[in-house]
Amino acid sequence: MAKQPKPPASERAKQAASQMMSDMQGSQAWSSIFRPGSIFRKGYSDSPRNRSYVIMNSVLYHLHPVKVKRHAVKVSYTLCLGGLSFFLFILLTVTGIFLMFFYRPTAAQAWDDIYTLQTSVAFGLLVRNMHRWAAHLMVITVFLHMARVFYHGAYKPPREFNWVIGVILLTLTLLLSFTGYLLPWDQLALWAVTVGTNMMGFTPVFGDQVRFVLLGSVEIGTDTLLRWYVLHVLMLPFVIVIFMAIHFWRVRKDGGISGPL
Amino acid sequence: MAEVPEHLLKRAQEARERAEAQQGGGGGAAPESSEAASSDPAGEGDAGGPKIPDHLLDRSKSARDQAAAGSGAQAAAAVATAPMPAGPAQPEPTGPGGGTQRLLTVVKSGSIQDVKATPTDKVHVWPHLLVVEFVAALIFTAFTLIFSIFVNAPLLELANFNETPNPSKAPWYFLGLQELLTMFHPMVAGVTIPGIALFLLILAPYVDRNPNKKPEDRKFAISLMTIHLMFWAILVLIGSFFRGPGFNFVFPWEVGLFFDL
Repeated sequence: MAKQPKPPASERAKQAASQMMSDMQGSQAWSSIFRPGSIFRKGYSDSPRNRSYVIMNSVLYHLHPVKVKRHAVKVSYTLCLGGLSFFLFILLTVTGIFLMFFYRPTAAQAWDDIYTLQTSVAFGLLVRNMHRWAAHLMVITVFLHMARVFYHGAYKPPREFNWVIGVILLTLTLLLSFTGYLLPWDQLALWAVTVGTNMMGFTPVFGDQVRFVLLGSVEIGTDTLLRWYVLHVLMLPFVIVIFMAIHFWRVRKDGGISGPL
Repeated sequence: MAEVPEHLLKRAQEARERAEAQQGGGGGAAPESSEAASSDPAGEGDAGGPKIPDHLLDRSKSARDQAAAGSGAQAAAAVATAPMPAGPAQPEPTGPGGGTQRLLTVVKSGSIQDVKATPTDKVHVWPHLLVVEFVAALIFTAFTLIFSIFVNAPLLELANFNETPNPSKAPWYFLGLQELLTMFHPMVAGVTIPGIALFLLILAPYVDRNPNKKPEDRKFAISLMTIHLMFWAILVLIGSFFRGPGFNFVFPWEVGLFFDL
């Protein structure tokens, strides 16, 4: 019996690897994680049925329908501004959670914590920079998104209410950015917030009360810092996520993004 | 809202064309029915073509013949045993072709179903939209990351209540308001004007009754919004770059920049 010549080692390694991959993809654990239609599932092929399942059988189905109008995927129409605003929100959440590990919102510790973060935490400076620049960028993209929607007349029936939600989201974005502005507790933060809150103190009738609620005392201080910290990392994100959910849901319920002009 | 899926509409259209072609060709038996059935593996409803397969038609025809023969024999037997008045055992053929059914009316689908959806050109979200979104997110991440590597977020000295920087500026998106503060009473600049602007923005879809979306049909709305956006943009630009010590008007190329992000 002639002995078969052994294939070269690289060939055998490749075979073993593909065998292992196939076994892994065939395992119960794997197929319990990736639902039918997932591109990671064994034997995924590019068919209309599977393209539908990719969306329908994944969490994405809460965000996107299986199909959209052809013009809706044109970058020149939406400029991706709404989606990018949402993406920046996610980026800000991720970088913000990182920052929370190194920050204590008291007047005695806040500035030192930021300084330590920048000088002795790995990637601390980089992540703080990203958080700050992404925040400014998000204000810009949300603003431009509003302009885009207006110029396309996309706020017209049946999308009136979604426009209202959009304006609320714009306001919440500004508030999120503004509350974050105080947290470094440096000269820039303190006096920018002083200017801002002084203005809100001129609210008719309730001016002093509004100012007191915002500052947590009559003057900016450690109470204000704690208050704005909680607003910034918990309350406003919570509220904005709810409004975003309604916003995205209404986009689909109102018939997808507005038609071509 | 009744929404007929696009593929069903398309299939119905094809079937209608087939039927017309058949009629024009003298009305064959049903050559396409088997093909139509086999082209529908998912087993969804098939809207077009004569649906009864040939073998079933044959079977029902032979059954009808048998029944006619049987009842004839029975009648003959009855006559043989006890003569009975010859009643109409079989219904008289009344139809134009000598059949037992008549076509009373044709109800067109449009008259009982209100089909509001017009067929639109759609594409799968995966991959067409998701790829665009993914690339946009990647670009923004890369931009934020690279920008953050080269430009640091500002961190000035520790907050000091006894040392007011000159000028003190709000965050850039509120500098339009601070600019208004130089012209109006704080209540007007800080509360009334932004409040009205926000309120009008929310009301826009309810105030603008013009149903047209084409830019040439809504010149007034577009002009108004452009003026509004430019108003804030210019105020923010002046407040950011053209305000120096004492919040006095300066040219940045003469006295330098008083602006922190």
